[in-house]
Amino acid sequence: MPGERIVARGSRWDRLRSRQWFRTTAAGVLPVGWVVVFLLVPYALLLVQSLWRLTDTQELVRWPLTLANYQRLFGTALYPQTILFSAGIALRVTLFSLVLAFPLAYLLAFKVKRHKNLMYMAVIIPLWVSYLVRAYAWKIILGQEGILNGLLASLGLIAAPLEFLLYSKWAVIIALTHIYTPFTLMPIYAVLEAIPPNLKEASHDLYAGRLRTFVHVVLPLSLPGVLAGSTFAFVLSMGDFIAPQLLGGNDSALMVSNVVVSLFGVAFNWPLGAAVSVVMLTLVLLLLTAANRLERRFDYRGDTGRPGKTDALGAIVTESRA
Amino acid sequence: MNRPGDGLTRVLWAAGIAVFCFIYAPLLVVVLYSVHDSRIIAWPLKLFTFEWYRLLLHDRGMLDAVVQSIKLAVLSVVISLAVGIPGAFLLDRHDFPGKVLYQRFVLLPLILPGIITGVSLLSFFTTIGLRLSSGFPIVPGWPVVLGHGTALISVVVTQVFARLQRLDRFQEEASADLYATPWRTFWRVTLPSIRTAVLGAGLLVFTLSLDEIAVTFFLIGRRNTIPLEIWGRLRLGITPEVNAISTIIFLVSVIVIVIWARLMRDAEGATP
Amino acid sequence: MEPAPRQVPGSLEPGQGRTIVESILELRGVSKRFGSFAAVDDLSLAVAPAEFITLLGASGSGKTTTLRMIAGFEALSAGEIWMDGAPIHGLPPYKRDINTVFQNYALFPHMSVWDNVAYGPKMRRVPPAEVTARVGAALEMVHLEQLARRAPRQLSGGQQQRVALARALVNRPKVLLLDEPLGALDLKLRKEMQLELKHLQTQVGITFVYVTHDQEEALTMSTRIALMRAGRIEQLGSPTEIYDRPASRYVADFIGETNLLQGRLREVMAGGAVLDVAGHLLRVRPPAGAVAGQQVWLSVRPEVLHILPEGAASPDTNVIQGTVEEGIYAGAVTKLRLRLADGTTLVLHAAPTGVAALPGQSARVGWPIGRGVCLAG
Repeated sequence: MPGERIVARGSRWDRLRSRQWFRTTAAGVLPVGWVVVFLLVPYALLLVQSLWRLTDTQELVRWPLTLANYQRLFGTALYPQTILFSAGIALRVTLFSLVLAFPLAYLLAFKVKRHKNLMYMAVIIPLWVSYLVRAYAWKIILGQEGILNGLLASLGLIAAPLEFLLYSKWAVIIALTHIYTPFTLMPIYAVLEAIPPNLKEASHDLYAGRLRTFVHVVLPLSLPGVLAGSTFAFVLSMGDFIAPQLLGGNDSALMVSNVVVSLFGVAFNWPLGAAVSVVMLTLVLLLLTAANRLERRFDYRGDTGRPGKTDALGAIVTESRA
Repeated sequence: MNRPGDGLTRVLWAAGIAVFCFIYAPLLVVVLYSVHDSRIIAWPLKLFTFEWYRLLLHDRGMLDAVVQSIKLAVLSVVISLAVGIPGAFLLDRHDFPGKVLYQRFVLLPLILPGIITGVSLLSFFTTIGLRLSSGFPIVPGWPVVLGHGTALISVVVTQVFARLQRLDRFQEEASADLYATPWRTFWRVTLPSIRTAVLGAGLLVFTLSLDEIAVTFFLIGRRNTIPLEIWGRLRLGITPEVNAISTIIFLVSVIVIVIWARLMRDAEGATP
Repeated sequence: MEPAPRQVPGSLEPGQGRTIVESILELRGVSKRFGSFAAVDDLSLAVAPAEFITLLGASGSGKTTTLRMIAGFEALSAGEIWMDGAPIHGLPPYKRDINTVFQNYALFPHMSVWDNVAYGPKMRRVPPAEVTARVGAALEMVHLEQLARRAPRQLSGGQQQRVALARALVNRPKVLLLDEPLGALDLKLRKEMQLELKHLQTQVGITFVYVTHDQEEALTMSTRIALMRAGRIEQLGSPTEIYDRPASRYVADFIGETNLLQGRLREVMAGGAVLDVAGHLLRVRPPAGAVAGQQVWLSVRPEVLHILPEGAASPDTNVIQGTVEEGIYAGAVTKLRLRLADGTTLVLHAAPTGVAALPGQSARVGWPIGRGVCLAG
């Protein structure tokens, strides 16, 4: 038709544009570059900082790199003790969260027929509501003049207010359990939801009652979710520093995160603080890798792993979808 | 095979409801005490007053914190979307060495304890000489803005990536077949299809940024965000105003999440 | 006093008449309602031991719901289900001596093939030595001994289907339920499996209740077919009965290909009737209770129609005239479409060596009188 220009050859730009490497690089420059600069470098810097040293006169020694901080870390009883203490608390939080989350997840996945999405959302919403609020609410509940004591007193169960409730590691454990139970629930719910309903029917068809069906079919298939949820709860509890400071009282000094905060603050020994952080980082990464491996092994879905489904790392965001 | 009412099921329901109450009870406590008519936060509960909300309106420190929080949240949304959307496309459509590593790495700030990210960013900015209070008063400080945005990139990446995976590839091919250049295809075909995912991710980032404590703690310059302001006051003891602002945050978060859930659900219906 | 189990025609033995035996499975007035919608509506059926009965129907006909009620996955809204003289409708699935082969196989993904098959016996606390023996035998029966250690996701669709079969058969149930088990297989494999299943059933002698929407499959495998429609049985009978003597237009149309010619009965006599179709007078056997002037349908299958050469037709042939519209080549036959005077289209299968008929030509088509079935509706 007259007036229409027919482009017979591509320009050099078109040819370049069609090369795969060019397109990938162009697409990746911003996301990868940004992450490298603002995530990779800082984490790497942390590692490097941990190899610096602060002299007795508060002078920063950058060269030569030294392992002095790590020596001090593993040499002094305080730091390993702190890590173990934090791990102990995190472990308890994880266990309690699991015990609480599983029945509710099961209920939602199998027993709720109507408004399932609505109910799930209702369970998840507290997650997105200020963490701080949820932590300090326990101060109100557990305090000497708090609700729990008041209730127990008015019911005549106790004579004097219970003091051990607040400002102890138990307060921290209760609060953290409360905060992380929905976290734990999400991946478990996701996995339970994904179990084809026929499997339970098939198990019944093959003479297994409800309890045995649960033990032999549902439980093994829920493992990836349980692993993901537990890993979440454990890792996040270990690194928590708000709840211990608010509710932990004297016990709070023994939590890793508080040690880090003080080293970067009051105690002002950044290299040492960096070293503690690196140790924590390594621990967490090891745990995550191990959990991921285990999840992969127990994931019987058959199709190629979609990111975010039972993946501990991705579950938090993708699973909160209604 | 539904036999409602038998023992096992009843126990299950009881347990589930108990856990549900456990999850909500503390929040309700805060809401109740925000209308508690006494300066002392103790049991028993005396209703009913809005005094604390009224006081908030004159609370300079808190109001300033609100402004800073909102500024920070908005900027976080901008940064995380600007970097996260390309990131999602990169993961969805391209292969490159270290792709899986990148995918995992981007998620780290979300799963690692915040203080690690906070501490490393602090060292980083100090080393490159960017002062914590730089950019003030327009922004609460460039480091904290950059920190928030970076930490929340993964939220955007996962949400948008998940949506991209479900897109009908043939629509883009049809667009190209009908003479649209890649840019126009992106603008007129691809972007509209991921619109709700982008909006949803933005809402999530906004909410998470408002509530962020750990990274903010290390990077904030001179001012406070809402959580830090509350945190500071908490160390001196709970005041009823804290309950009031917390209730407001609670309600705002709930509204945002409900909107987000609606967006997700509408999108589920739309895409084939 | 419980009513005695219904007497039921046993399987047809070639050359013998039907024997009457006690039914092994009986549905009495079974209904399933979802709100006001009745998925299964007052259905009664008696199944003989060792028979291969198929519930055939389109989707939504209630066939799967019926199967699930037999298995115990759906509670009955009304009616009873009896097996071997005892009521089972109140029992949970794990207490019924029935096993199911699911449509999507429902293999346990976290167990090997062996463990999947061993599941039922283990749940029934069969001693380990016997479990091993039985599982081995079951896997041999479906030719999967080599793959015993594999995980389900490593198997092809056909292999998974056979594992599902072995997992059910190993328990030697009284009745085996199969819910469209071949639906996911490709055509060739499906045809092979149809024959294999049929042979298997004859070999082990277990009663099969089979659900499918594929009428060819039903015709191939069953001893009896229950054609279901809107929650009720439209017709129950052997494949031959259903094919050659459909009870209604729906059945005639559902099974195989057929031509349905509409016409008005001119006369009804003792030995037969005269049907006016598009101006042609045809001799038919009228449906029961039909009267002159009544509008009825005549079902004639394409394969019984043939193009008549010039000259008089034989006395026991019905003849109809029409114009050839087109011929569609289908490999074994060429399907000819014929247009009658009143606009109705007729399809017939023309053998390659038959009388030629080209589009546009006029042709006479005939069929043996007895091969046409007259239906009231």
